[in-house]
Amino acid sequence: MADPASLNTLAALDPVHERTGSVGDMTGPRGRRPRRAFSRANIFLYGTLILVSVYYLLPLWVMVMTSLKGMPEIRMGNIFAPPMEVTFQPWVKAWAEACTGLNCEGLSRGFWNSVRILVPSVIVSIAVASVSGYALARWRFKGSETFFAILLIGAFIPYQVMLYPIVILLRELGLYGSLWGLVLVHTIFGMPINVLLFRNYFAAMPEELFKAARVDGAGFWRIFLQIMLPMSLPIFVVSMIIQVTGIWNDFLFGVVYTRPENYPMTVQLNNIVNSVQGVKEYNVNMAATLLTGLVPLIVYFASGKLFVRGIAAGAVKG
Amino acid sequence: MLVPNHSVRIRDLTLTYGAITVLRDLNLDIHDGEFLVLLGSSGCGKSTLLNCIAGLLEPTDGQIFIKGRNVTWLEPSERGIGMVFQSYALYPQMTVRGNLSFGLKNARMAQAEIEARVAKAARILQIEPLLDRKPAALSGGQRQRVAIGRALVRDVDVFLFDEPLSNLDAKLRADLRVEIKRLHQDLDNTMIYVTHDQVEAMTLADRIAIMRSGKVMQLGTPDEIYNRPQSKYVADFIGSPSMNFLDGHYERGTFRAEGFQIDMAGYQLGAPQVADRPAILGIRPEHVATGALVNAAPIKGEVTVDLVEPMGADTLVWAQVAGKPFRIRMDGQARVVRGDRLTIGIDPSKASMFDAKTEERL
Amino acid sequence: MATTHEASAIAESRAAPARRPMRLFRNLSAKIASLPMVLVAVVIFVGCTVWTVVHSFTNSRLLPKLEWDGLSQYERLWSTPRWYVSIENLAIFGILSMIFTLAIGFVLAALLDRKIRGEDVIRTIILYPFALSFVVTGLVWQWILNPELGLQSVVRSWGWQSFTFDPLYDADIVIYGILIAALWQGTGLIMCIMLAGLRGVDEEIWKAAKIDGIPTWKTYTHVIIPMMRPVFVTSLVLIASGIVKVYDLVIAQTGGGPGGSSEVPAKYVMDSMFAAQNLGQGFAASTMMLLSVIIILIPWAYLEFGGKKRG
Ligand SMILES: Nc1ncnc2c1ncn2[C@@H]1O[C@H](COP(=O)(O)OP(=O)(O)OP(=O)(O)O)[C@@H](O)[C@H]1O
Ligand SMILES: [Mg+2]
Repeated sequence: MADPASLNTLAALDPVHERTGSVGDMTGPRGRRPRRAFSRANIFLYGTLILVSVYYLLPLWVMVMTSLKGMPEIRMGNIFAPPMEVTFQPWVKAWAEACTGLNCEGLSRGFWNSVRILVPSVIVSIAVASVSGYALARWRFKGSETFFAILLIGAFIPYQVMLYPIVILLRELGLYGSLWGLVLVHTIFGMPINVLLFRNYFAAMPEELFKAARVDGAGFWRIFLQIMLPMSLPIFVVSMIIQVTGIWNDFLFGVVYTRPENYPMTVQLNNIVNSVQGVKEYNVNMAATLLTGLVPLIVYFASGKLFVRGIAAGAVKG
Repeated sequence: MLVPNHSVRIRDLTLTYGAITVLRDLNLDIHDGEFLVLLGSSGCGKSTLLNCIAGLLEPTDGQIFIKGRNVTWLEPSERGIGMVFQSYALYPQMTVRGNLSFGLKNARMAQAEIEARVAKAARILQIEPLLDRKPAALSGGQRQRVAIGRALVRDVDVFLFDEPLSNLDAKLRADLRVEIKRLHQDLDNTMIYVTHDQVEAMTLADRIAIMRSGKVMQLGTPDEIYNRPQSKYVADFIGSPSMNFLDGHYERGTFRAEGFQIDMAGYQLGAPQVADRPAILGIRPEHVATGALVNAAPIKGEVTVDLVEPMGADTLVWAQVAGKPFRIRMDGQARVVRGDRLTIGIDPSKASMFDAKTEERL
Repeated sequence: MATTHEASAIAESRAAPARRPMRLFRNLSAKIASLPMVLVAVVIFVGCTVWTVVHSFTNSRLLPKLEWDGLSQYERLWSTPRWYVSIENLAIFGILSMIFTLAIGFVLAALLDRKIRGEDVIRTIILYPFALSFVVTGLVWQWILNPELGLQSVVRSWGWQSFTFDPLYDADIVIYGILIAALWQGTGLIMCIMLAGLRGVDEEIWKAAKIDGIPTWKTYTHVIIPMMRPVFVTSLVLIASGIVKVYDLVIAQTGGGPGGSSEVPAKYVMDSMFAAQNLGQGFAASTMMLLSVIIILIPWAYLEFGGKKRG
């Protein structure tokens, strides 16, 4: 309170000023309060945020730097330091030559496996989830909400509880070990979040549209394909982001439901880096790790706000 | 000459966001104990001005005085103001009592004093039975009372209201409007009240400030604003149904338009001498005389009824004058139908005339 | 196929007053379209869960069989030291990661909510680890925490010779090494949820608090945090259900080592079922995991849905 402001109020009390009420001749505080650009609060605020950012960026930095160094430099040096001599050899080796057990084809095989798993999984899971979400939002039938509730609760069941019975089911279907088995599994476990997403999105669309179409005699599929789909690009993008990152990053299902020749990239990465044989080549390991992280990172940086929206939509309601 | 004490004075207030100027060189003097309403269309800067007075926004330039004190750089809590918000802004996890006393407790006021103030505010606002409830368990009207109570316990000179009633339904709004008026009469505080509801403005205000894109267009009593609008904008803004405007020329005491002319004798010109010029004549629908009253009007004419809108207490009749729609407000009991010929009377002393170019009152 | 259903839907809507079709066939296309969802809900989420719980009471080893064995799998489970290590690790990891994730997530969100410059950039930086696989996270932190070449050696080379931080090689603190990696990956998500919660707070509440003269920190502790209870609860549930599933991270970062000191229940289940050919143990252990999730979920469901009635 005892700042210059209270002293300056004297000017305003001046009877002459009061009586004339003239404009513009009043002195004292005016406009913005002067503020030091580096106030203590600001230094603390930005300092903390910069430190935090450095902490979060550090692993990415270390990955990139390590992957560009030669092994001799790594052995003598500082993991945080940039390479004295840049080499792309580790990247080449990680991609094409790194060994898992006897197989020395590098990560490329895992990459292509992941792609072959990813594409059908994303398509099938989103197709199924969008149709289910649409049915739940607009064509409720007796019990539909109950099934939906079970689906949502199911999202919290630890996967380990359901792993083995699904092995049996897949074996009965003749899909165990195949890529299509894994596609099915990803479709199943991607369902709760995606159905929820689509259901909420479709439910928020104007009901009149739907009613008008029904009055015109359009049925379930025609309304979906001709009215709902064209209006729901954003939610498809959000759902796709969730599925692409989720499926690409999966490790557990890849280990359990596929044979070694079909292992996705994450599993192969782990096998390369954590293999006990041979000399540890940290630069190759980091290059391989980065390669594996590249797809979700690209999705993340390219999608920007949509990614946040997607996970927030999923998380807050989940 | 006796100059009333100024409670709030605003000097050359300017507020910009980058290239957007929200308030520009705004000056306003508000008397002690006055009820001032800031009225204007959406986005004209009413809330911005109020937030500047409260200290919630920093002006880019200019000064604000409250009770003679330059408060431009003071914190909101040091300015001696209380504020009531449109969304009530009650602390949802605290009881009504907690809401009322939180600020006082924080200022380390003695417990007895806090209790006395809360009790007094609760009595004035008749919310005593609600003191131990949470806001979620209150109706909209009750919540707004608590919000007013939170300003009341601060025991301040100036109350700021930002559209406090616009979240309420019409009936409650009318009730609470009366209560706020009564509160003002009992307390004698200065109140600054933002609204875009004309009725609220006309009924509550001692003076109304009509704002448009960051400027005060006219400051005056409701009577002045209604009867002597200083610009076409204000004239158009106030009154419902809104004023009829006729384009024409002002020539030596006569207003001429397509097909008719009106002798403006009786109209009080703003200046002793007004040169001939293009002008706009504004006539409120309720100032058009019909039926028996026509005889008393200095100017008479005939129109054909186009459309009739019965509204209960009165009936709005649409006709054509000089090729433009012309509204006439008649008694609700009047029986007119489309196609009727209607004799109307106009009293130039109740009309408003504006310069066609500057749109300012002549 | 599609056209016939469409036709039936039209026929149904037109002919409804005259002749009500059988209940089962109303909305037939919708029901057929929902079939995958219904199957997943019933067969997978209910069926498989029940199957596992039932088989946890059998003595299945290499193959599942329905030979009743009472609670003996559970007795064996609770007398296995490795299971105790797993539970203990999960408890330490779980409690600490709940506390730290919530605290860090909220503080970061509050800092970002202070109308700062570069908010988008900082949020992007804090959230990106969440896009990565646990395997990637585990491997990076394995490398950073490498005692000979990683952080420890760097700090020592700066002159602090006695600096020791090698959680991945010290059985007593290995779980904290995993915690660091998990926090690095998971706090971004919670921060985003908290930020969304903070943004949802009515601007006028802040204004009212300012007029009341409440300091910013006190507005947070007395007004904003109590208001955000649902957001905190949701975050907590999210963190908790993630914790129970922790598996990939441990596999990648430590493989359960050193000396089985970073075992977690999920890994115990996996090893019993797919490596030790002891299915019964795996089923019993996974049923325990399910139980712990239920214990977490019930209070949440009560708060979330039971609490609604009070408004
Ligand atoms: N942060 C901001 N950045 C840029 N422009 C802003 C910002 N805040 C407000 N404005 C602009 O300032 C103008 C005045 O806003 P203000 O809220 O004061 O209007 P108002 O008169 O209270 O309107 P209403 O009746 O709708 O409440 C608006 O045109 C608005 O777009
Ligand atoms: Mg406003």
